[in-house]
Amino acid sequence: MTGVRRHAEHVMGTVFSFAVHGGGRELEDLLARIVVRLHRIDEVFSPYREDSDISRFGRGEIALDACDPEVAEVLARCREVAVQTDGFFTMRPGGVLDPSGWVKGWAVEEASRALREAGYERHCVSGGGDVQTAGGPWRVGVADPLRPGEVIAVVTGNDVAVATSGTAERGAHIVDPYRGRPAEGLASLTLVGERLAHVDAWTTAAFAMGPDRGLAWAAAQPGIEALAVLPTGATRWTPGFPARTDAARAVG
Amino acid sequence: MRRAVVVGSATAAGVILLLSLKPHQGATSAAAPISSGGSGGADGSGGTSGTSSAPPAQASDTSGTRAITGDSVDTRYGPVQVKVTLAGKKITRIDVVKYPTESGRDRSINSYALPVLNQEAVAAQSAAIDVVSGATYTSDGYTRSLQSALDKAGS
Repeated sequence: MTGVRRHAEHVMGTVFSFAVHGGGRELEDLLARIVVRLHRIDEVFSPYREDSDISRFGRGEIALDACDPEVAEVLARCREVAVQTDGFFTMRPGGVLDPSGWVKGWAVEEASRALREAGYERHCVSGGGDVQTAGGPWRVGVADPLRPGEVIAVVTGNDVAVATSGTAERGAHIVDPYRGRPAEGLASLTLVGERLAHVDAWTTAAFAMGPDRGLAWAAAQPGIEALAVLPTGATRWTPGFPARTDAARAVG
Repeated sequence: MRRAVVVGSATAAGVILLLSLKPHQGATSAAAPISSGGSGGADGSGGTSGTSSAPPAQASDTSGTRAITGDSVDTRYGPVQVKVTLAGKKITRIDVVKYPTESGRDRSINSYALPVLNQEAVAAQSAAIDVVSGATYTSDGYTRSLQSALDKAGS
């Protein structure tokens, strides 16, 4: 049995964590290339960098066709997600162009794709707590937002994407675009699906909707399940969520 | 009598991670399709003794599976009693055989809170996870995170 190579990379204002079954020089070279690509994505898309393509385009200083070719594609995906989520996902939170809500999950998916294409079919990649797994089964702990260091559920399975939005790490930072103020009513919201770019962006949007609408919206999406933790510590979930956890598997 | 079925997987110490309850007998089946449960930390200790101190109340079968019904425990929501099924030392099923059914004013409340039976088991279970999903941490916050511990342990 081969070992698991773990790597943590500080990028995009957070840390990307890799766990890959395999090892050797080829994997090291691949991880190095993936890390370079993540930093490149940050250079192009970071709204916190004055000279990023996104910042310059957002200020109207350069045209779209002068940007990295991936900018147009990312903005198109953001527009799609905005429609899918009834406008609760926005690429202009606070009025400034900031597609981060899509870019981080997409970057994780790109890293996972690169690993898979190189033959590393059993791995997981986390972008600051938003997780794409391949192969498996992997056990993905869902952080308890009210008890640091503990998990409140364990999602298991092969090829799953798990994203969580919450206030535990960076406060009430997700804005309800319709009210123009931070979304309330949830300590955290976790979505489980297959592909992280969409799952991550949808989680942010459903969090902004609040617990009632967010859970109902998630329950209506094919292949998506959700777990909500309320500020009181009470939990709510979509009907199919328990089947995605180890609680269901134990009963078999 | 309707029974709410709760499933869990944990160490032998036991834990309820997920509860799926229909709070009211006689409530219509048109209840919201969102299941609810609780993890009220303040109640955790109150719920623990019921199972851990309970005598075996049901016989084992030949496959090593056994069921233990705990004492009824008073919580601030009313009496709760659970039956735990074990295969060897592993909990394979938890049935809530008694739970609060007071009707009326709480009819609209569907985030029904029952005690988490054993918080320590939740922490113990975290030792067996590969990766953590949680609110996005900053580069600084990562150093205090469970993910950081996992990355260190594996490298």
